[in-house]
Amino acid sequence: MKLSRKWLSDFTDIKASNKEYSDAMTLSGSKVESIEVLGAEISNVVVGKVLTIERHPDSDHLWICSVDVGEEAPIQIVTGAQNVKVGDLVPVALHGSTLPGGVKIKKGNLRGVKSEGMLCSLKELDLDKNDFPYAEEDGIFILQEDCKPGDDIKSVIGFDDTVFEFEITNNRPDCFSIIGLARESAVTFGTELKLKTPKVKGSGGNILDYIDVEIEDSFLCPRYTARVVKNIKIEPSPKWMRQRLRACGVRPINNIVDITNYVMLEYGQPMHAFDYSCIEGNRIIVRTARVGETLETLDGNLRKLTTDMLMIADEYRPIGIAGVMGGANSEITDKTTTVVFESANFNGVSIRRTATALGMRTDASSRFEKGLDPLMTLPAVERACELVEMLGAGEVVDGVVDVIAADIKTVTLPLEKGKINALLGTDIPEEFMVKVLTDLGFTVKNGIIAVPSWRSDIEHYSDIAEEIARFYGYNVIEPTVFKGAAVEGGLTARQAAERSLGELCRGIGFTEILTYSFIGDSDYDKLRIPKDSSLRRSLKILNPLGDDTSLMRTTGLPSMLEVLGRNSSYRNREVRLYELAKVYNPVDGAILPDERTKLVLGAYGESEDFFTLKGCVEAILKSQRITEPEFAAVSDNPSFHPGRCAEISFGGRVLGIMGQIHPKVQDNYGIDMPVYVAELDLETIFESKGPEPSYRPLPRYPSVYRDLAIVCDSDTPVAVISKVIKEAGGKLLKEVRLFDIYTGSPIPEGKKSAAFSLEFRSDEQNLTDAEVNPPIDKILKQLNEELGAQIR
Amino acid sequence: MKKTLEEIKSSSLSAIEKAADLGALEALRVAYLGKKGSLTSVLKQMGSLSAEERPIIGQLANQVRAAIEEAIAAKTAELSEKLLEQKLKNEKLDVTIPGKPIKIGRRHPMSVILDEVVDIFTGMGFSVAEGPEVELSEYNFTKLNHSADHPAREWQDTFYFTEDSSVLLRTQTSPVQIHVMEIQKPPIRVISPGRVYRKDEVDATHSPMFHQVEGLVVDKGITMGDLKGTLNTLVKRLYGPEARTRFRPHHFPFTEPSCEVDVQCFECRGAGCRVCKGEGWIEILGAGMVHPKVLEGCGIDTSVYSGFAFGVGLERLTMRRFNISDMRLLFENDMRFLSQF
Repeated sequence: MKLSRKWLSDFTDIKASNKEYSDAMTLSGSKVESIEVLGAEISNVVVGKVLTIERHPDSDHLWICSVDVGEEAPIQIVTGAQNVKVGDLVPVALHGSTLPGGVKIKKGNLRGVKSEGMLCSLKELDLDKNDFPYAEEDGIFILQEDCKPGDDIKSVIGFDDTVFEFEITNNRPDCFSIIGLARESAVTFGTELKLKTPKVKGSGGNILDYIDVEIEDSFLCPRYTARVVKNIKIEPSPKWMRQRLRACGVRPINNIVDITNYVMLEYGQPMHAFDYSCIEGNRIIVRTARVGETLETLDGNLRKLTTDMLMIADEYRPIGIAGVMGGANSEITDKTTTVVFESANFNGVSIRRTATALGMRTDASSRFEKGLDPLMTLPAVERACELVEMLGAGEVVDGVVDVIAADIKTVTLPLEKGKINALLGTDIPEEFMVKVLTDLGFTVKNGIIAVPSWRSDIEHYSDIAEEIARFYGYNVIEPTVFKGAAVEGGLTARQAAERSLGELCRGIGFTEILTYSFIGDSDYDKLRIPKDSSLRRSLKILNPLGDDTSLMRTTGLPSMLEVLGRNSSYRNREVRLYELAKVYNPVDGAILPDERTKLVLGAYGESEDFFTLKGCVEAILKSQRITEPEFAAVSDNPSFHPGRCAEISFGGRVLGIMGQIHPKVQDNYGIDMPVYVAELDLETIFESKGPEPSYRPLPRYPSVYRDLAIVCDSDTPVAVISKVIKEAGGKLLKEVRLFDIYTGSPIPEGKKSAAFSLEFRSDEQNLTDAEVNPPIDKILKQLNEELGAQIR
Repeated sequence: MKKTLEEIKSSSLSAIEKAADLGALEALRVAYLGKKGSLTSVLKQMGSLSAEERPIIGQLANQVRAAIEEAIAAKTAELSEKLLEQKLKNEKLDVTIPGKPIKIGRRHPMSVILDEVVDIFTGMGFSVAEGPEVELSEYNFTKLNHSADHPAREWQDTFYFTEDSSVLLRTQTSPVQIHVMEIQKPPIRVISPGRVYRKDEVDATHSPMFHQVEGLVVDKGITMGDLKGTLNTLVKRLYGPEARTRFRPHHFPFTEPSCEVDVQCFECRGAGCRVCKGEGWIEILGAGMVHPKVLEGCGIDTSVYSGFAFGVGLERLTMRRFNISDMRLLFENDMRFLSQF
């Protein structure tokens, strides 16, 4: 909402500087977003009177003017304009002046003739024909204002105002008006609020001879007030009105339209003017649209209406969309002689939905949608008629049509000083409370507050507390440290574990990412998940921003791969990433999904391979005391390399999956080298966490190490070999570590060599060959029997 | 013989002094003191001496041997020292060569700030509550005192999963307040960080998914002064003891009175500059006294208890703190960006 400081001064007298005003209003709840000093870019431009005009000796289109600019001697200006005559008053940009757009004017020579400034057009002063309808669009702005040479042009053209732009919160539709903001200003500064009741003289006749109003739907239209003005003279409105409209961001059009806009800005009550001659049957009916009805609105668009939209109609057809925009069929034109002023109260939600559905949020609809004061329709229409008489724009027919279709109730509530002070932590006296409320337009009598009709947001003592606090000063309230019972706070074990897991991931080289929780069906395609797979079952957003953000992810892989792909396209060469990714699994028979957190690891680069990532996964699991998890080969996951994918499990529970991404998936994400990812279910990992350690005595005797290289079938998994060794090794064998795998000559085709380091130790004695050899022999025997393996 | 011994002494001492390395020194030791060494051969002739001369010469010979041994030991130490010095000199490294790289990952800047905020509040006795992101409209709006026709409920602003608008992506972390109050009796001190969703197209300052941290305190006698004290602490811990706040009236459906909190611009200290768009202050959070209707809806007796709540946008805090100008950077996850934190 824009507020002209001049307009404000009609209602209250504020002495503060622009900055002081803005700060104080912001702190009392009307936040000033910006301050615009009109014409701030214009300086040293004055009114000049053209004394003489001569042709330029060396040009057929330039003129040399002698101009009185209010100084002792006239100055000489060369102009290319053709519309200037002797005696004209014109804007003169003097030497060293500035104009809108950062233009600077200096004296100079034009074809050898001295020119000490510039005569200005409308455009050069950032004006147009709506501001000064009498001026020529092209050519110098010939002033028809009451001014004399030397006057500052800014005050002549109304650029002597300051405009404050306010952020108005949804609960304060009353502040979408000059009067509403004036009231807030007056209470903020302790000044008097000067409100006048509009006075209409009238010109006889009876409105009932002209028009009849019927409200079909009292819920959507609680009140409809109208007056009629005849013998209209359509012409530009006076300068002061045009300037105020312009300052508040409304384009002046003609006197009647300008009056409706002026009243809307001043009272916050949107108004509309219909051409009376276009209202068929002399009836206005407020009703919802009929099936299939259409209306061409003032902006020239044909609107298809639906039956929930509220219309202003005559006997036969809609003539306006209530609260949104009038119809072209009843528009004010130069030929209009009689108008009907509409000042109505509509249901805000209905107006909002209609405006949204039609994609046409207007100044009027944005006011109505917040819910307006039903008592305002009458003063607003009276004010419009007062302005008509003031401007001589027409003759107001006696009488008002005022249909009140719904009850208008006054809200009352007790003034609870104690509760208010307890809530605020203050000790504000009752007199102060009563004064603030009274100044705001409430009435307080015998401890009962009557809420003014324009404050539909007030219904509870806490609302009253806010009103008091706003003017007591939020910043005056003493900050305190809250007391109360001691509470043990801090992170839960689960939250702390998640945090330390993140630290571990970073410690082993993974950088954290954050990605959107929604993905698209095409992400499942990119992952090569079959169309009928249950993996595609995801929660679907019915009104997504786009298809690619329409599904709640059930896996963190697409987001990870997309980020890896993006980094690859940025030529980031070695990348290791992790995400603690929320996923959303639909649950049969439940309304809400199961929201779980996945730890997703992803990497590509020179130093990455399957076993590097596997080592990282093992380290992460080890940090949760999950030792010796199982890695089972998975060959049928369509997203992974069929020979390089493992399901990770522990104690019979699946912890996650890891592996190299299928080359086709890798292609789908535009990555030109192998990609390794793991996705672990955090909840399962935390649930599988090993028990708290209990100290075991340190070994008293040294270990004996033996290396063992065997040759076996190349597809025998190392895990199987290790298992055989461990089982055959007896209780002295403490650890089995693979340290080499070799295929190729001289190992026969189809075979591989696997080398293990075996650690033997006894708790009773130093071990010698005599103790170590028998288990070794047994191991070799078992390996041979079970796997056909030979010592190498 | 005495003369011979003295000659041996002087020649050996000068030879030892001149020895260039440990090898030469060992050769000298053999030459003088070895089995066939010159001093040894002199001593072998001791038998030919008279009984009077023998002790005198014997004493002299021992003195010469001692002198030679001492000289050799001294020279050995000297040469060893030189040798070590030389070795160390040869082992000199260019210490400006970079270290062998150890990959360390980085925390996402949002997590940096989130962890800080969480630590500040857990230090004040708050716990961290979590709630669902796919939420019931009942919790996201109704129980938070949004009227049935509140504009935020519109399909153009909120993501929905059901035609009847009953299941949605939460638009704020505030529903967690309700969950907490429904299962926990006061005193309550919780914060709840998390993802929230609004139907905004992606641009430099908007994202359809972003993060909030919600705070809630409910206890006997909680006042607006307590709200101010708590948020002042947050701001000073986040931005330093110099940071100044101001509280402005504002409107939220589930708090009353409501406020927005501004921090004085760090760049211009309140004078007004480009960073704060000339205002001198930068808005960082919204807060207020929990609306008594909301408390009552959760079965909390408002004649005994009151509370305050606040919500802060994590993106905004993060962008402010690290001077990040475009929100999209936070979700692009470009390593060149992430590696800066």
